[in-house]
Amino acid sequence: MSDINVKPGLRESATFDRHTIAEIQRAADTGIYDIRGFGAKRRLPHFDDLLFLGASMSRYPLEGYREKCNTQVTLGTRFAKKPIVIETPVTIAGMSFGALSANAKEALGRGASAVGTSTTTGDGGMTPEERGQSSKLVYQYLPSRYGMNPDDLRKADAIEVVLGQGAKPGGGGMLLGQKITDRVAMMRTLPKGVDQRSACRHPDWTGPDDLAIKIQELREITDWQVPIYIKIGATRTYYDVKLAVKAGADVIVLDGMQGGTAATQDVFIEHVGIPTMAAIPQAVQALQEMGMHRKVQLIVSGGIRNGADVAKCMALGADAVAIGTAALVALGCNHPKWQADYEKIGSAAGYYDDYHEGKDPAGISTQDPELMSRLDPEEAGRRLANYLRVLTLEAQTLARACGKNDLRNLEPEDLVALTVEAAAMARVPLAGTQWIPGQGF
Amino acid sequence: MKTVDLSKTSVRELNQALHDQAQTCTEREWQVLQPAGKHNLVCGLDQNLSIDIQGHAGYYCAGMNKKAHVVVHGNVGQGVAENMMSGSVRVKGDASQSAGATAHGGLLVIEGNAAARCGISMKGVDIVVQGNVGHMSCFMGQAGTLVVCGDAGDALGDSLYEVHIYVKGQVKSLGADCVEKEMRDEHLQELAALLNRAGVNEDPAQFRRYGSARELYNFKVDNAAAY
Repeated sequence: MSDINVKPGLRESATFDRHTIAEIQRAADTGIYDIRGFGAKRRLPHFDDLLFLGASMSRYPLEGYREKCNTQVTLGTRFAKKPIVIETPVTIAGMSFGALSANAKEALGRGASAVGTSTTTGDGGMTPEERGQSSKLVYQYLPSRYGMNPDDLRKADAIEVVLGQGAKPGGGGMLLGQKITDRVAMMRTLPKGVDQRSACRHPDWTGPDDLAIKIQELREITDWQVPIYIKIGATRTYYDVKLAVKAGADVIVLDGMQGGTAATQDVFIEHVGIPTMAAIPQAVQALQEMGMHRKVQLIVSGGIRNGADVAKCMALGADAVAIGTAALVALGCNHPKWQADYEKIGSAAGYYDDYHEGKDPAGISTQDPELMSRLDPEEAGRRLANYLRVLTLEAQTLARACGKNDLRNLEPEDLVALTVEAAAMARVPLAGTQWIPGQGF
Repeated sequence: MKTVDLSKTSVRELNQALHDQAQTCTEREWQVLQPAGKHNLVCGLDQNLSIDIQGHAGYYCAGMNKKAHVVVHGNVGQGVAENMMSGSVRVKGDASQSAGATAHGGLLVIEGNAAARCGISMKGVDIVVQGNVGHMSCFMGQAGTLVVCGDAGDALGDSLYEVHIYVKGQVKSLGADCVEKEMRDEHLQELAALLNRAGVNEDPAQFRRYGSARELYNFKVDNAAAY
């Protein structure tokens, strides 16, 4: 029901709004929680609540089109013999084959490779399409270990031990039966058509001391060649980062609660974790206290949409960022050209989040052959590459305006906050003041 | 036979020397002395090697093994033969938790007892335990066979997929969706063949079979209490 049809005088409850009422009715009809994809949809303190202080008299800007602003970042310098060098600090986050179509995975690899950055496997193993098209591929090591094998492990350019995900810290993966096709079932050693709920804890270690030994095992198997990342969902970030460094991580991947998922309970997505902006300063503080900031690199993900978000993450202390939802949108997810098809499945372009149903009109979060064929991996890869270039150019524009010749030279001093909440979380002053809540005047 | 003394050589040097055999195999038989419970011994092998470890091993011994045949003349720590793809691992003593976790293939024989979560998320390996197994063994087991010649602890086979479980002794309790099933001729034959392959002298007729009821494969609101 649109507002235009609501009679004057009718008053919607702020507590029991239309969405809430619809959800109660849906729960009563079905007896099961709502499962969906995408990330948190509620309004959260985010990077829009931060602004850059461009240079003027007290700071010296760089010429926007002529002076260099480095975007290259090296990841995994702590222990690995072969760290990863990426040309832009925007990487592609882990998303599984199974949740995504093979064409989508290929497109992600094509787009990332075109701009010299990395892409990441997911909870379903490594596909030849993905490896073939990804010049730098990070292989996720998840609790389920679906498709995990030493041959693929040795083909990877880095290994990412996944402890959690921003959309569902403390929760395991989920892939419903309609997407468990023959190929997905074979890769995961599962019966076709089962509702697959993968474990939330790793099967062979139970704490950070064990994890340190597990990481040593992965290094032994790969002869210490490649970096090992640890991915955490943002919750008790300060402590988790310290433990991850102690366990031997080369790189920390920090995923805030705006981070996306292919399928999770809505209650999980909206009510667990902390915003990305709030998590970064905690992580950076932990790294700095251990003397490991910039030695153990920090990749941040969760709700990154544009070059300003990239630059703000880096100003807060990240070495790079990762994008998932935005990358899918760049490929064609939620594109208006599929509006009629979205309506047929009860959704609309710009709103579609039922990735778990496998009916994605854009051919991305599906295993349906007809729908998959709608996504041309070459064209989608080009779209992603274009988008990644825009993110990079935008971040460079902001960095130059702040007088920085390297994106990693951005710093919290370049930022102010628009709201008290953002100032407290990001630990930068409220605009026009010297006040950082919690840190006195 | 190549002998490596771990009181004089590092685990890294041992593993690298073994990994080098994958390209050009110059020595098929290896003996490891003084393991002293060290972690990550002989993991990531990818060659038809025969390795004897003379003593106790720590975590993840023979992890992700392919093709090699490893015998540990002692006890092993957590995650022995985790994610094994093929080959075999035999433990003469006891194994800590998560033995054979997520393993896709090969044969794991534990002549003593195995602690909790033996065969957790196993994906095709065959595991034979001559003693007892701890709680939550075969949790979320996907494929393969688990044979327990002694007793099984609580919640055996919880959230099981398609693993075949055979237990000779007592089962303290079954996990969600794990049920006792009829022992038919094909199961007796399967078990006899596996016991024979493992070199274990037991009568298949003394065992009982357990497997998935497959009631939790797809969400049903009537099963909500089981989730």
